[in-house]
Amino acid sequence: MKLRTLRRHLRDAFRSFLRNGWMSFASVATVAITLFLVGVFILAALNIDHLARQTESQVEISIYLKMDTSQDEIRKIEADLNNLPHVHSVRFVPREEGLAWLKETYADEADLFVGLDEDNPLPDAFFIKTDEPARTAELAQTIQSWPQVETVRYAQEEVAKLLEITTVIRQIMLVVVIGLALTATFLISNTIKLTIVSRREEVEVMRLVGASKWYIRMPYFIEGALIGLLGAGIPLLLLVYLYQQYVENTEILSMSVLSMQSVTVPLIVALFGIGLLIGIWGSLSSIRKFLRT
Amino acid sequence: MLIEMQHVFKTYKNGVVALSDITLSIDKGEFVYLIGPSGAGKSTWIKLLYREELPSKGKMLVNGFDFSRFKSRHTHRLRRTIGVVFQDYRLIERLTVEENIAFAMEVVEAPARDIRRRVNELLYLVGLKAHAKRFPRELSGGEQQRVAIARALANKPELLIADEPTGNLDYENSLQIIKLLEEINLQGTTVVMATHDRDIVNRFRRRVLELSEGRLLRDEAKGVYDRQ
Ligand SMILES: Nc1ncnc2c1ncn2[C@@H]1O[C@H](COP(=O)(O)OP(=O)(O)OP(=O)(O)O)[C@@H](O)[C@H]1O
Ligand SMILES: [Mg+2]
Repeated sequence: MKLRTLRRHLRDAFRSFLRNGWMSFASVATVAITLFLVGVFILAALNIDHLARQTESQVEISIYLKMDTSQDEIRKIEADLNNLPHVHSVRFVPREEGLAWLKETYADEADLFVGLDEDNPLPDAFFIKTDEPARTAELAQTIQSWPQVETVRYAQEEVAKLLEITTVIRQIMLVVVIGLALTATFLISNTIKLTIVSRREEVEVMRLVGASKWYIRMPYFIEGALIGLLGAGIPLLLLVYLYQQYVENTEILSMSVLSMQSVTVPLIVALFGIGLLIGIWGSLSSIRKFLRT
Repeated sequence: MLIEMQHVFKTYKNGVVALSDITLSIDKGEFVYLIGPSGAGKSTWIKLLYREELPSKGKMLVNGFDFSRFKSRHTHRLRRTIGVVFQDYRLIERLTVEENIAFAMEVVEAPARDIRRRVNELLYLVGLKAHAKRFPRELSGGEQQRVAIARALANKPELLIADEPTGNLDYENSLQIIKLLEEINLQGTTVVMATHDRDIVNRFRRRVLELSEGRLLRDEAKGVYDRQ
């Protein structure tokens, strides 16, 4: 396409956008609301994911061995643990060390530990971390069945809950966003229809003198894309501003949230991408129905 | 041969047979009248030429395009070789005379310099240089039709087809239009014109194709409107 042609199409698209006034405004507003929600969901999902990852790295499976486990058996269990899938790290804490840790932690209550040095009630223990929180329960079960293992513990509920929240949020987001996106597409297609109808005579002449199909369609695509991009730009600015505030406020509380930089790129890509898609989809459906080329 | 039809039929979706078994050919440089009563199929025949409607049956060749192996995505290429003029002018109201003419070249992405030169040339040809900056509503019917003709010629088509171009004009204006078409024909463009205008046909004697109820009734060189 020639530069001059592109300029002409852009000019035509902008003119129609302005001429369609309220319809253009309603379309942009709907896209903006849709994408604002998409943005909120994306930010929430990214942060929950981040939180889950952090929790996951804190979530350990604690494995307490039977009291009669020999040194050889301990070495064998360590090797077996390292060979399991999704095991990120394995740490061995001998019973003496466990007791020392207890004493140190509860130094104020030293009398509780009197005599325990000679008769240590603590078992030897392994602490492992997984690289995938969803596998925690499965791993724990496998290990539980090993002969020298007495008990296995892990923070089952925390992990499960986080995973559940993420899934539910994803599903709600999908339904709401799809509904809104369809509404936006419908509005855009009606706006473009106005343009097509108002330019019917011109299109007729274009066909007659041999303008190509794509030449005729281009201004409507551009108008749709324009609505989509405007509808993405507004919530993007708003979200960036709001998230900035949020990050600053939570910093004081030293909560773990993702930095501005790490959310900006996914936000821009998603919002402009979806906005463009909705815009072009809307114009396409109108072009198919109302534009003869 | 510019136009060639062999046993061409056109049946509309509603079952109306608008053209039946048309066989004819038109040479480069000819001037042809297409006559016949209302509903005879004149407009349909014209629409087949620029593929506004597609033939239901038969072989067709227009400006070197063979319709039996025509790809619809190439329709615009065929149309660039044909200029079309209608009874109702179909000018773009928001554009001036010169912009209306330029429009036809802009939308096929002609170079800006060519457009300026060609528009000027055409304004002289149709005698509207003085009205270049006027809008269609500021012109008489005859003047509007001359703008439409200029626009149809903008991309230098080999073939100019006109569907009752004088249908809305008085005799004086009709004469002007015919003289313009003759001049265009003299410069080498093939002209086909559907008309009800008995006086014009009888005064400027040319080849006459007469349609009646979709059939080609008569094909006569230097013919008159009514059969003897
Ligand atoms: N789009 C269409 N769908 C169905 N039937 C049509 C269509 N266009 C025309 N016809 C029918 O086809 C026949 C030929 O019509 P056409 O317009 O070609 O006649 P015409 O010779 O141009 O008439 P006129 O002199 O009144 O312009 C008529 O019976 C008409 O009703
Ligand atoms: Mg007709």
